[in-house]
Amino acid sequence: MSTPIGLGPTPPEVPADELAAANSLPESQGRLIWRRFVGNRVAVASIIVLLAIILFSFSAIGIGPIPGWWRFGFKELNPQVNGGDPTLSLLPQFLGGDGVSLGEHPFGQDRIGKDYFAMTMRGIQNSALVMVVLGLIATVVGVVVGAIAGYYRGTVDAILMRVTDVFIVIPALVIGSVVGHWFGSLGAPVLAIMLGFFSWMGIARLVRGEFLSLREREFVEAARVAGASDMRIIFKHILPNAMGVVIVSATLIMASAILLETALSYLGYGIRSPDVSLGLLISSNQSAFQTRPWLFWWPGAFIVSLALLVNFVGDGLRDAFDPRHRRFKLSKMRETPPEPELEPKP
Amino acid sequence: MVSFILRRILVSILILIAASFLMYVMVGYSAQPLQDLESSNSPNKQQLIDARVARLDLDVPPPLRWVLWLGGVAKCAIPFANACDLGSTISNAQVVDILPNALAATVQLVTFALVLAILLGVTIGIITALRQYSGLDNTVTFVSFFLFSLPAFLVAVLLKEFIAIGFNDFLRDPVIGGTALVVIGVIIGAIWQSLLGGDRRRRLVVFLVSGLATSGVLLLMSATGWFENPGLGPIPVILLVAAIAAGAATLLAGLRNRRALITAGINAALAIAAYFSLQPLFDVSSAGTLFILALATIGVGLVSGFLAGGYDRGQNMRVGLVTALFSGAVVLLDRFMQSWGDLLTATNGRPIATVGSKTPGVSGDVWLTGLDTFAHLTLPIVALLLISFAGYTRYSRAGMLEVLSLDFIRTARAKGLPERTVIVRHAFRNMLIPLTTLVAFDVGALLGGAIITEKIFAIPGMGSLFNSGLERGDLNPVMGYFLIVAAMAITFNFLADMAYAGLDPRVRIR
Repeated sequence: MSTPIGLGPTPPEVPADELAAANSLPESQGRLIWRRFVGNRVAVASIIVLLAIILFSFSAIGIGPIPGWWRFGFKELNPQVNGGDPTLSLLPQFLGGDGVSLGEHPFGQDRIGKDYFAMTMRGIQNSALVMVVLGLIATVVGVVVGAIAGYYRGTVDAILMRVTDVFIVIPALVIGSVVGHWFGSLGAPVLAIMLGFFSWMGIARLVRGEFLSLREREFVEAARVAGASDMRIIFKHILPNAMGVVIVSATLIMASAILLETALSYLGYGIRSPDVSLGLLISSNQSAFQTRPWLFWWPGAFIVSLALLVNFVGDGLRDAFDPRHRRFKLSKMRETPPEPELEPKP
Repeated sequence: MVSFILRRILVSILILIAASFLMYVMVGYSAQPLQDLESSNSPNKQQLIDARVARLDLDVPPPLRWVLWLGGVAKCAIPFANACDLGSTISNAQVVDILPNALAATVQLVTFALVLAILLGVTIGIITALRQYSGLDNTVTFVSFFLFSLPAFLVAVLLKEFIAIGFNDFLRDPVIGGTALVVIGVIIGAIWQSLLGGDRRRRLVVFLVSGLATSGVLLLMSATGWFENPGLGPIPVILLVAAIAAGAATLLAGLRNRRALITAGINAALAIAAYFSLQPLFDVSSAGTLFILALATIGVGLVSGFLAGGYDRGQNMRVGLVTALFSGAVVLLDRFMQSWGDLLTATNGRPIATVGSKTPGVSGDVWLTGLDTFAHLTLPIVALLLISFAGYTRYSRAGMLEVLSLDFIRTARAKGLPERTVIVRHAFRNMLIPLTTLVAFDVGALLGGAIITEKIFAIPGMGSLFNSGLERGDLNPVMGYFLIVAAMAITFNFLADMAYAGLDPRVRIR
């Protein structure tokens, strides 16, 4: 750009660091979002801990036929050790504890002698599975329905949105119970897939809203003039711009998926025995609360931590995608210099 | 406008019908209503099965049976005919007959939870917004994330095991030890100082005064055996009512407004007079009397505010109403507490119940049964409340921050309005508008959550109707449940949209 010639107003002074940033290569949207997300320490720590817990559970008792490093399975019965008490000890000897050791059954045993560590790990696996599968299916269905409704508008939109209304009228737990009652006995993957087909409504509404506003923008016009097909415009041009909404709400669906699965299992409509779910563990051991409280605490702690971590990740993603949501610290505001006084003091 | 409402109602009914088809077919195909008979050993097994198949039309495939069911439902639309037919259960009871009782239990539960969640959530949301990024704000943010991640059944089981059993055990020997007194005092002091804020010295004073006062009152209560025989007594009632009047006047109108002060004073004086003169009437009261008294209280509050006049009658009426309602609540609370001893004897000293919605065999005046209901419903309500409370806190905090950043707030401040007026009259009202939508969504979530809460606390409500129906493959009660819940969800959504249009002039109804 050439230097402006003439009597126009002098351009405002640009601070040196901003000028430097403008002269260097412009950052892509994705890189900007990534940088904002990484800057959020809580969210990054949450995603690391979350992945660590899930990997730990899969490595401990293995997947399907592949065995893990833990010596007991979640179905086998073992002789009662120490009255089923947890043998996990974390207090080192120099602090008066028994030293850091796992012991025979670190999380204790249930009433018939199953190893509770293996059962809890299996519960985490199932929660993670339901979370991912349900989240993916709900997101894909929601995006497709919302994109088509928002892009084509008119009759298509009206029909699709009325269908969404029909599904949304039934409270999530009610439809979940019915679906779980029907498909729960077929195992966790089937349950997760079927639940996914009844959880897409929120995301569909959001995506439709995004599409309704994005389809009026110039870049869509340009693509259409260039001869792009509808599918190409929807998936290559508009959808990448709506990705923020999609990713954030997918994370939030995943958090609620964990809670939905545990609630259904608690009610008896989710994952069935002999398979294990964290909600099922609580429901079947609730009566033993006074005598064997650890049967209640371990699954409870893991449900809350999983859901909390996913929620933190979702919150971090929302902050990263939406610059208006940027958190600013009060301490930083105080650092800004006071405004210059209008009239110099005599 | 009228055509919009009519069209909207028509669409809602169509959606309800379509959703009922979806639900009917899904439950119909998954249900096994003959399971209990097929595994039975009774000699006339085949006969029983045939009878049930004939009675419930089980030989008709679900999609067609839905048409039959819808025919029965359609009769509900005939006014005054009382011809509703929602089918019968497996045990041959009419769904129409069992629905009202279940509905009453659930509505009681959900209404209390909803109202308390809104009141507490909005209050705390506003306070955290005004103290953004303070220690209080960060704590509340973390707690609400924690509550979002807490499954309802976990909360309910924990409440049952710790609060109910722990409180009942405490009542056996109600003495608060020294350590507990100090800890409670420190916690209460910390909460108050973070709520009131200010500079370091003010915080310290608030912390010390509130902490010491709390510990002192608890020590007094513990020493005088208050927990076995609670009651407020005349002097605390007068003090509380005076505090309410002063608080309402300060918050809603400011202490400079003499007419508002007069209104609050009149209502406080009337409440205290009522406390001393109405006790004989309370002893013979029924629920109906209390309802009339409540209406009278509202009337007195509004009329006194109107008569006090001034340039802003609406403000005075609000002050009068708030003072009258809260003072009346104090007087009622005192009367309920007088029945506490009776409840303790009736329940063998373990008043906080973990199952059911009333103690079997407890009968007496409205005070005793009312107290018994409260003792049963408190924990389920708290379990329901905690989850939606988090939502209201987050939304009202975000809403308040957004409103506070708008230009008209800057204008209000610039023209010299006191901060109280800016917050209460300018920001607060505009913040409430988007909350209407959240309330509509929350009703559906609470009704769903009631399924779990009612199961854990064994309350015979709508949720347990649905639950037992689904377990036994009993289609008609499940559909009865669905019909009520879906109709409520649709109605509340509709009301929210109308309220939104009424409150926000920018929204136009097409």
